[in-house]
Amino acid sequence: MVKISQSVKVGIAGLDIVEHPGTITTIGLGSCVGVVLYDQQTRLAGLVHVMLPHSDISKSSEFKLGKYADTGIDAVLELMKSRGANMHRIKAKIAGGAQMFSRQGSGDTLRIGPRNVEAVKEELARRNIAVVAEDTGGNKGRTIEFDTETFLLKVRTVQLGERMI
Amino acid sequence: MEHPFDYTAMHKDVLKEIGNIGAGNAATSLSKIVNQTIQMETPVVHIVSFDEMMEKAGGKEEVQAAIHVEMLGGLKGSMFFVIDPAEASELVGMMTGDPSLSVNEGDPFATSAFLELGNILTGSYIRALSDFTQLDIHQSVPSVAIDMVGAMLTQGLIEISQISDYAIMIETVFSDAESKTNQLQGHFILLPDPEAFQHIFKALGVSEHG
Repeated sequence: MVKISQSVKVGIAGLDIVEHPGTITTIGLGSCVGVVLYDQQTRLAGLVHVMLPHSDISKSSEFKLGKYADTGIDAVLELMKSRGANMHRIKAKIAGGAQMFSRQGSGDTLRIGPRNVEAVKEELARRNIAVVAEDTGGNKGRTIEFDTETFLLKVRTVQLGERMI
Repeated sequence: MEHPFDYTAMHKDVLKEIGNIGAGNAATSLSKIVNQTIQMETPVVHIVSFDEMMEKAGGKEEVQAAIHVEMLGGLKGSMFFVIDPAEASELVGMMTGDPSLSVNEGDPFATSAFLELGNILTGSYIRALSDFTQLDIHQSVPSVAIDMVGAMLTQGLIEISQISDYAIMIETVFSDAESKTNQLQGHFILLPDPEAFQHIFKALGVSEHG
């Protein structure tokens, strides 16, 4: 059977999964965090574009699950499990969580990036998922793409170009 | 999911007028600074998903120079002034009389001149908004970034994304009328926080639910 390589795009607060030999990508992460979850044996990978730390701050009952670290990670795990991924094998790579604008005496909203990174790590730890690589923080926007062939995450920034983690 | 904003054409007209008055005042300031006629397009009010918003602003990965200020006090939200980095450099050149300045190369002088320009323009916009609505609006110190549009504009979505998957974006485009070959084009993007709308409508005597 010939498999056609897919390239799956994930939007803001979106989530999706991809099978081998596909890639999965999200564009323009600032304070948002891209969380890649993958199972090397089934070669399944999922990605969620997290905007905010935790769904307990939601002021509406209906929302895109990918918006928050907790609901987004769970939704990707569910999708992966339904396709045969094993929870014990799943690892994570994360990128994003920058502080794009800074100024003195600024409040919490400008620090949303670091808070997102913290929340993502907490939620992953709670589910016993190891973060094997990360490119987080700083003040640069990032575009990321995960390859189910190499299990590498390509991180692109405007100033520094591409790097693999 | 449908967006939760139950607004009629009249509400949109009110928001458009906000953009008109704010950006009009900012365009006048800019025109004085660069000593050229600045033309302003009719403001557009977009009720869009977050992904659509980035497309409207030029595309998520498009590199732009942006000034961000937070609106505080009687009306909360974010305001962005977004322009192509080369055009930002051109404005800075006109402002300082030194055409060699480039905001793109991390020159601290060029960047701080651009920041000052952004400060003046967003200040004019917000002052006009404050006068028009009679709401006491303050603004934070501005900050600057030159990066991917998608990465920068999400800063303005933090409040609204807690209640909705959609944003209301009041966008006004201006350009310099004189040069035909190398036209400058900048965008003012106003992203009021969710509760700001009721303040705007109340201040202007419009019932929020039409």
